[in-house]
Amino acid sequence: MATIFQKPHALTDAPLHYCPGCTHGIVHRLVAQAIDELGVEGRTVGVASVGCSVMCYDYFACDMVQAPHGRAQAVATGLKRAKPDNVIFTYQGDGDLAAIGTAETVHAATRGENLTVIFINNAIYGMTGGQMAPTSLPGQITQTTPYGRDTDTAGYPVKVCELLSTLDGVAFAQRVTVDCVKNVNIARKAIKKAFQNQLDGKGYSIVEVLSTCPTNWGLTPVESLEWLRENMIPYYPLGVYKDIDAGVKKGGASQ
Amino acid sequence: MKVLMKGNEALGEAAIRAGCRHFFGYPITPQTELAAYMSKRMPKIGGTYLQAESEIAAVNMVLGASAAGVRAMTSSSSPGISLKSEGISYMAGSDLPALIINVQRGGPGLGGIQPSQADYWQATKATGHGDFQVLVFAPSTVQEMVDLVSDAFDTADRWRMPAMILADGMLGQMMEPVELPEEGEHASTEKPWAANGHSNKREHNIINSLYLTPDKLEELVVERYKRYEQVKATEQRAEEYLCDDADVIIVAYGASSRVARSAVNKAREKGGKVGLLRPITLWPFPTGALQKAAGHAKAFLTVEMSMGQMVDDVKLAIDCRVPVHFFGRTGGIIPTPGEVLAEVEKLL
Repeated sequence: MATIFQKPHALTDAPLHYCPGCTHGIVHRLVAQAIDELGVEGRTVGVASVGCSVMCYDYFACDMVQAPHGRAQAVATGLKRAKPDNVIFTYQGDGDLAAIGTAETVHAATRGENLTVIFINNAIYGMTGGQMAPTSLPGQITQTTPYGRDTDTAGYPVKVCELLSTLDGVAFAQRVTVDCVKNVNIARKAIKKAFQNQLDGKGYSIVEVLSTCPTNWGLTPVESLEWLRENMIPYYPLGVYKDIDAGVKKGGASQ
Repeated sequence: MKVLMKGNEALGEAAIRAGCRHFFGYPITPQTELAAYMSKRMPKIGGTYLQAESEIAAVNMVLGASAAGVRAMTSSSSPGISLKSEGISYMAGSDLPALIINVQRGGPGLGGIQPSQADYWQATKATGHGDFQVLVFAPSTVQEMVDLVSDAFDTADRWRMPAMILADGMLGQMMEPVELPEEGEHASTEKPWAANGHSNKREHNIINSLYLTPDKLEELVVERYKRYEQVKATEQRAEEYLCDDADVIIVAYGASSRVARSAVNKAREKGGKVGLLRPITLWPFPTGALQKAAGHAKAFLTVEMSMGQMVDDVKLAIDCRVPVHFFGRTGGIIPTPGEVLAEVEKLL
């Protein structure tokens, strides 16, 4: 019988610990698939960041390094500068990349480090139990914004792709989501491009994936996808924010 | 052939000759000449000089480069080392070798920019959170700075732990003639644990410090401490100067040991039986040399550019068998030989 679908080789057999309905699993698969399709598992090193996805070092079959909170892109910079022929990616959540690691993110980007950054934006701190994230929406109720995120006191969400697309060092920035088959396919292509760019020496490439956190959002998996579509996508429009190949720069939210 | 070099620059050249091709830094006085030297040399030899956005980023770049299996280093001065403590703890918890240089200045806080030894506790006891130690080397001359750089890299590789060179603003800024080693005279260590791509030939390597099961974490920490016991047994370094017949032994390291040596010479001219015991490793602390000295000395005097951070280690090393006195200046002030001599004479 012909095999028409299988687990990517770049994923190990370790069972994922993620909650039902969480989209980490889909994104892990897309990353592993890109590594498989490009045939680079043997020279890929992933950087796991602090948060729900920290244990992805057990899930990806390539060599892995676990970074201190927020420092994934500094660690990745060290890995890449030490072995420029290796393929280095980071896998980071919103607290890691856009709060504690903002400086590391902005400066890896502005240096144009030849890295692939996978950014999971689920608008909440998952691992610590649902506190406000830098990307929590105005009015969003979390454990530490029990009356809803009040922009007068807690400020506004960080729009990472919009921010990074202003930096000359960035080669590619795209925001995607994985709420349906069509969007999973768009995400798959974006992630593969972010890896291909590194192989081509084009420089810093980031894919922001709008993701769900049913457990900490207090919603079912299906409700979470609806909440994402109704609330997150309008605030964080999907699309290519920068692509040096296509001449796209800043805010061009076209698919 | 000897060349005249500034301490900070000598550290950089010594690192290059020890096979280090990856330097990640951030400007801070009084170590900046080291970074500047690396920015000049590294591009010429195919190495990496990278000025990071912060000391935190710099030490984490070292973590990444070390994880990839290459010799990597960073340097800073006291306030910057506080920022690096996070990365140092993660490297210790991930069993990664690296070299961190601290050209100390006065503290706490922003403190001052003059020479100090007030980071002794931080270096030897609390370089970051958790149960761990780093190797700490304390040079007292520019030549010794050069020699200890390759020693520190080799020892860090041997034991898979971070090493620190604890210098100070005086050693970093002063010029002395030095003999540099030939390039390539360094031990090359196999690093089968490195995360440098498995080439489809082995299981994936994971560089990690997270262990959510307490039993597993305890097991790993205990294992590391067994290694530390071996380090203590084999890596203690100290210099004894006129100690054999000494009634009073000064214990001093780094810049203050140079002052102490002058005081010993002046005391000897007057007939006083005074010696100097100079720790070269601060961790592991040279307890063996101190215990031997405690067999005949009547008193010890620690001379430090701090409020006496090393005194307890001396007392513990000799089980308080002999009184341990202290003289020090702090805030960036270097004691004078005359001041030290006056303290010694009180004990003779």
